[in-house]
Amino acid sequence: MASIVASIWEGITYRGREGHWAWLLHRVSGLGILLFLALHIVDIYLIGVGKEIFEAFLFFYHSAPFKVLVMGLLFGVYYHAFNGVRIILVDFWPERFSNWKTQRLMFRVVIVLTLLAFIPSAIATVAPLFNLHMPWWNH
Amino acid sequence: MRVTLRIKRFNPEKDEKPWWGEYEVDVEPNDQLLDALHKVKWYQDGTLTLRRSCAHGICGSDAMVVNGRNRLACKVLMKDLGKKVTVEPIRGLPVIKDLVVDMEPFFAKYRAIKPYLINNDPPPEGRERLQSPADRERFDDTTKCILCACCTTSCPSFWANGDYVGPAAIVQAHRFIFDSRDQATAERLDIMNDMMGVWRCRTVFNCVECCPREINITKAIGDVKKAILEGGVR
Repeated sequence: MASIVASIWEGITYRGREGHWAWLLHRVSGLGILLFLALHIVDIYLIGVGKEIFEAFLFFYHSAPFKVLVMGLLFGVYYHAFNGVRIILVDFWPERFSNWKTQRLMFRVVIVLTLLAFIPSAIATVAPLFNLHMPWWNH
Repeated sequence: MRVTLRIKRFNPEKDEKPWWGEYEVDVEPNDQLLDALHKVKWYQDGTLTLRRSCAHGICGSDAMVVNGRNRLACKVLMKDLGKKVTVEPIRGLPVIKDLVVDMEPFFAKYRAIKPYLINNDPPPEGRERLQSPADRERFDDTTKCILCACCTTSCPSFWANGDYVGPAAIVQAHRFIFDSRDQATAERLDIMNDMMGVWRCRTVFNCVECCPREINITKAIGDVKKAILEGGVR
């Protein structure tokens, strides 16, 4: 346990560059996605337990604080997917992609792609809270 | 110019835990960080302990964490560090005293990859084993390693698990795996294919960013990964 805490501390305090932050964000987003997956398994299980408890859970899912968490999930999923492609490129074509310059550029591209996908999704997620109807969003 | 050095100190015979010592020194902009550390040791506090030898970026003795990043104290100039400089021992290896760490676990991994040419055939009579320039070029980058441990101790996989063979040992393995004169490719790829071998590399690039010899380490590791997948060097 002490070594896990020490290595997390080292990961946060080391002044790495793009590759370091890409790795750290990949880890955090991966753990976040895992958390949501566990939550999803629990809510599906609750259908079998009883209608009331399942609906209470759904009510929680549509609450404002949970929407904030969903936005985190959206960002995490998009980032994890795009950065996963970056890692595959670096791993399978090292002669082309595995150098400090290209990987720094690729990280920036990953962030831009993540934001391009995340921003419309985030707007659509919070819009119902403000009674806004998204033209492309059919409820 | 006057700079403040914040140095992480630890004497296992006296201290329960590490502490930060602050020292003000006058330096020239083109002085190395090593010069500044010498000024502290020679004129302010003789108990400061550090390891250095050639002081010209060749022996690889004075790797340390400078302003949060692995550097060689003899290859970094004071003008590039600012007025406040923090200096810590490299991470992931046991601290013996102050900036000196126990390098033995690091060198044990170096020895594990058999860092010498293995060729059971006698060389052609009266001459050396020849190699084409193209064959020599394949491992040119990885011959530059000076075993300073900057790469291995900047690697999050190594911080998390000290049994990981680490970037430096993989670089050394690459140097022989891709040498057309060597005959132990399968043996070394087998060592690299271990749970604690190349697969622990997460392509974080900290090693590449801090290598004082500017070796493209992540590419070398990628080459070895591919050689394992393809069942040998192509």
